[in-house]
Amino acid sequence: MSAVIMSFALTYAQIALALAACLAGYRLLYGPRAQDRVLGLDTFYATAMLLFVVTGIRVGSPFFFEAAMVIGVLAFVATVSLAKFLIRGEVIE
Amino acid sequence: MSRIFPHPLLTLALTLLWLLLTSFSLGHLILGFAVATVASRALSAIEPDRVPIRAVWPLVKLFFIVGGDIIRSNLAVAWLILTRGRHGKRRSGFVEIPLRLRAPAPLALLAIIITATPGTAWIEYDAETGVLLLHVFDMIETDDWVTLIGTRYENLLMEAFVG
Amino acid sequence: MSYLDTLPPWIAIPVAFFLILGSTLTLLGAFGLARLRDFYDRLHAPTLGTSWGAAGILLASMILMSWNESEPGWSGLRPVLHELVIGIFLMITTPVTLMLLGRAALHRDRIEGTPGIPGAVERADVPHRPTGEEADGEAAPEIDISDAPGEN
Repeated sequence: MSAVIMSFALTYAQIALALAACLAGYRLLYGPRAQDRVLGLDTFYATAMLLFVVTGIRVGSPFFFEAAMVIGVLAFVATVSLAKFLIRGEVIE
Repeated sequence: MSRIFPHPLLTLALTLLWLLLTSFSLGHLILGFAVATVASRALSAIEPDRVPIRAVWPLVKLFFIVGGDIIRSNLAVAWLILTRGRHGKRRSGFVEIPLRLRAPAPLALLAIIITATPGTAWIEYDAETGVLLLHVFDMIETDDWVTLIGTRYENLLMEAFVG
Repeated sequence: MSYLDTLPPWIAIPVAFFLILGSTLTLLGAFGLARLRDFYDRLHAPTLGTSWGAAGILLASMILMSWNESEPGWSGLRPVLHELVIGIFLMITTPVTLMLLGRAALHRDRIEGTPGIPGAVERADVPHRPTGEEADGEAAPEIDISDAPGEN
């Protein structure tokens, strides 16, 4: 019984998150402006991170959690530096 | 005391973080505490001022208010996205809100609250005039937003922090 | 499907609920990001995913991992809380990224003179230097009026 519930919920969550990543990827590819692309990249990172957490639940291994955390840190650094670039045209002043 | 622990709250939070990321044992407690002490001393070299917290109770109250607001506005924004913005009647816009807060710590907290709540986005804050430019997803009345931010969040933040 | 088979229903049902809630909200956020017409509207969409979208999935993971680690009985309870770290991290970093992105968009729109932008806060220290234009580079030809806010 609970195996059915869990497998349904996990499959649903994985499909929904993959779809969300695709939609964010659409924004990343088709812009139309640079800030839209950066926002798309940020959302893409966030959904990928959540997808890692869900995969970790399915497999039952804590190692996916560490990967998810690294993705989260990378997302922050990437988005901040890209936004800084959009404001000033250079990252390090 | 304050020379060894310039930021006691930060030291405590970093120790807890260390214990969350590893497992609880006496060795990890000592190691994490040592790392946290060094890290908060390093912070005090950059940022010597301690953030003065006047009262804790308003922060607890604020936490629950914001938690409820986040759930409510999550549902509202999700509904707006699903129904194509009430079938095209939704309009968004910018609101200028004069803030009374000036200290950086409560302003940062207010920024977290406003951005974490779907439907409002902090765009720009002018430190000279103290005017916050807010973008609102579902604009109903401009004056409502000014009083909402002012009474719901800002009052509690003013109570909790000095300045 | 190894360890999930032995799960009692009183664990499985809340975990499944939080998983479905979180992933649905994240999907709706990304859907809004793809479909809304104006950049400043799109700025709101990902907060769905980073507030309760992430919170739901992390809560589900927290409940399940704690059950997985624990032995039967109260004395064997070993709560796994390290998902909280991701949650707090997201809570702190999302405002920073979104504020910076909002400011970047506002700055660029002011330089380009896009209509509907409150450039009323005219400031002398907003640099009007050519480097700001340089950053536009590839996206500049695609700017159109339909991207302006208030038009939707």
